[in-house]
Amino acid sequence: MHSDEDLARRTKDGDGAAFAALLERHYDRVFRLGFRLLGSRAEAEDLAQDVCAALPGKIGGYRGEARFTTWLYRVTVNAAEDRRRRSARQTRLAADWGLHEIDRQAGLAEDAEARTWLAEAMRSLPDELVTTLALLLDEGMTHAEAGQVLGVSEGTIHWRMAEVRKRLRALHAKELEA
Amino acid sequence: MTDDPLDRLAREMTRATPEVDPAAKARALALAQKNFEARQGTGSDARPMSDRPRQGAGFWTGVRTMLSHFPTRAALVTSTGLVAVALVVTFPALRDMGPPPVVPLTSDDSEAPLVEPVVIDALPAPLPAPAPMLADRAAAVKLSAPQMELAVGAMAPDALYRPPEADTEAFANADENPVKIAAEAPVSTFSADVDTASWAVIRSSILSGMMPPKDAVRIEEMVNYFPYDLAAPEDDTPFRPTVTLTQTPWNPDTRLLRIALQGRMPPVAERPPLNLVFLIDTSGSMQDADKLPLLKQSFRLMLSELRPEDQVAIVTYAGSAGEVLAPTPAGDRATILAALDRLEAGGSTAGQEGLQQAYATAAKMQAEGEVSRVLLATDGDFNVGLSDPAALEKFIADRRDEGVYLSVLGFGRGNLDDATMQALAQNGNGQAAYIDTLMEARKVLVDQLTGALFPIADDVKVQVEFNPAAVAEYRLIGYETRALNREDFNNDRVDAGEIGAGHAVTALYEVTPVGSPAVLNDPLRYGAGDAPSGPADELAFLRLRYKAPGTDTSQLIEQPIPATVTEADTETRFAAAIAGFGQLLRGSDYVTGWGFGDAIALADGATGSDPFGYRREAVSLMRLADSLSDAN
Repeated sequence: MHSDEDLARRTKDGDGAAFAALLERHYDRVFRLGFRLLGSRAEAEDLAQDVCAALPGKIGGYRGEARFTTWLYRVTVNAAEDRRRRSARQTRLAADWGLHEIDRQAGLAEDAEARTWLAEAMRSLPDELVTTLALLLDEGMTHAEAGQVLGVSEGTIHWRMAEVRKRLRALHAKELEA
Repeated sequence: MTDDPLDRLAREMTRATPEVDPAAKARALALAQKNFEARQGTGSDARPMSDRPRQGAGFWTGVRTMLSHFPTRAALVTSTGLVAVALVVTFPALRDMGPPPVVPLTSDDSEAPLVEPVVIDALPAPLPAPAPMLADRAAAVKLSAPQMELAVGAMAPDALYRPPEADTEAFANADENPVKIAAEAPVSTFSADVDTASWAVIRSSILSGMMPPKDAVRIEEMVNYFPYDLAAPEDDTPFRPTVTLTQTPWNPDTRLLRIALQGRMPPVAERPPLNLVFLIDTSGSMQDADKLPLLKQSFRLMLSELRPEDQVAIVTYAGSAGEVLAPTPAGDRATILAALDRLEAGGSTAGQEGLQQAYATAAKMQAEGEVSRVLLATDGDFNVGLSDPAALEKFIADRRDEGVYLSVLGFGRGNLDDATMQALAQNGNGQAAYIDTLMEARKVLVDQLTGALFPIADDVKVQVEFNPAAVAEYRLIGYETRALNREDFNNDRVDAGEIGAGHAVTALYEVTPVGSPAVLNDPLRYGAGDAPSGPADELAFLRLRYKAPGTDTSQLIEQPIPATVTEADTETRFAAAIAGFGQLLRGSDYVTGWGFGDAIALADGATGSDPFGYRREAVSLMRLADSLSDAN
């Protein structure tokens, strides 16, 4: 099997089959990451489609210096941020983070508490923390690589995760009080 | 497990993440593949000619050769692969056309990361009725009328030309108009402008993933690209002004003054017979899908709008030279279409006589009471050599005085010689438009055929005198290259823009009322003389001058502009959104705290009926620009 980087190089050389293989391989990740970034299936599908559609043009900018997935995640994260920014004016995009989706998965909606908690937790986090978290949920993603995607140091990623913990604990404390 | 809230969150997030919908995936992948293929067709192959892009040996290289017998001194700008077609005439009908296929944009091989948007999905449905259309520059046809002499005067020549050595795309523009103090400089004067090429350039750039160069952004051309629902003149005057004063979207403390002129649309039936000579570049680079094939498609669209008494001829240069279609009545469609089908791009760029031959053919066709126009189509490679702008102007102006007009349409993306197109257009010889899709071709060649061909008013000048009692400061948005001196307004020898049948022209001022916190300039310590004496309920006084085509004496239209602020209607809001968008693209100092998102929201809420889909396309484009601006 060809490596991602190899396929990307062929794509740049005009090999349509390589491009198709590359997308086939990575669409799911882009979609999943998109969902975690945006909290809605529809948004995630639109995002993944935008990314796919833009790739033929964008791939010229991939110079093979980072892993292809690192580069692809960066593209996806940037596109998601665009989306967030655009929708920020009307409504907060992920205000009901995942609720819709969890509701749809009736079997999994074991308790109302869990989903409210999730939505509540996601709402309480600023975008940059959500982004970092969403990246780290991807299988095999290390702090170092997430740092590369986001253009920050590994230390920043550690710090952000600590920050997420802190905020979640604070949230938890508030729940106990209530 | 619940001990670490982060673990819990990760688990819940993962659980909430839905499965991929195979249908959505298939759609996305298919779209990606389509875009990929579109790029391959146009990408690196797009510039087979070695002297194309970076060298700046574009359009005018050709012109130089073509007109080489002219003594020349400096040269025109050069740019890269612009296909210029000359002609822009159209009839408002063409309603039976289904939505034309989207022609993939050519892409540049630039190194910059590209974003390929794909936004153009929905082409507008065929229009229901011929609405008055905007047209690109009205270079319009004049019949007999000796024209103004070589109108270079009005514009700063250096705004029009760049030295040929320039390696980059050349754009004509000037610094943003500054804020003026009404008490010190109450009068603002400019020439009407119905060019729209800037919009297509911007679109093309954004669609290929790059923010347009600031100098390519001419706000008046962006605003005037779009048709607006304006009241048409009821009497015999050629156009009718519509004036509104509303809140400025990007500054709560200023007002937006919109002055829109709607040209009369004479019944198409009354138009004189047309003689059209297509002068087509057939050099090798023209074979790209968005060049010669697009030109052929466009030509077919237009042909169906011509009348039996009209005549068409085709002259080619570069790849193959000569008259490939002798003057033929438009009713003889079979002959014309056959000649069109025979056109092939290929071979070297030779043939220097194209332009003269086209004009000679047009002269043969010319008869009393008819309108003749040469339509020059090229991608910027053609050898129409002309190294001296003055010589080109003179040649074309002389022909114009003999009743033959020239329009230039650019095809192909990226390599354009915008400044040269401007030079042609602004010198009164023709409309310059840039065609990148069949939809654009339809807009320019079909929807606006009438307007571009039939001038209804020449030398249209706009003068606004602001009342210092009501206005502290004002600023004209756009029209930088169209500024006139105050005294030029009443000088009939000073050239200005034409308005063609059905054209509309919009100008926007940002006006700061007296006492507004937005006033930028402090009052003078040592007094500015008498206090303003005008009635405070009058914002300004509008004066318009124009000449009926073929006359030498101008007519004057005057009307006061009341200081009453009204609610912005759809048309005003859309124009404001585009002006705001343009200023963002230019990095204007006057628009702060207001971004692409605001422009998008404003435009999105003001698309109106939008029968052609131009406004929806604009909104998509603005979204894309928003993304690009963040990515950079």
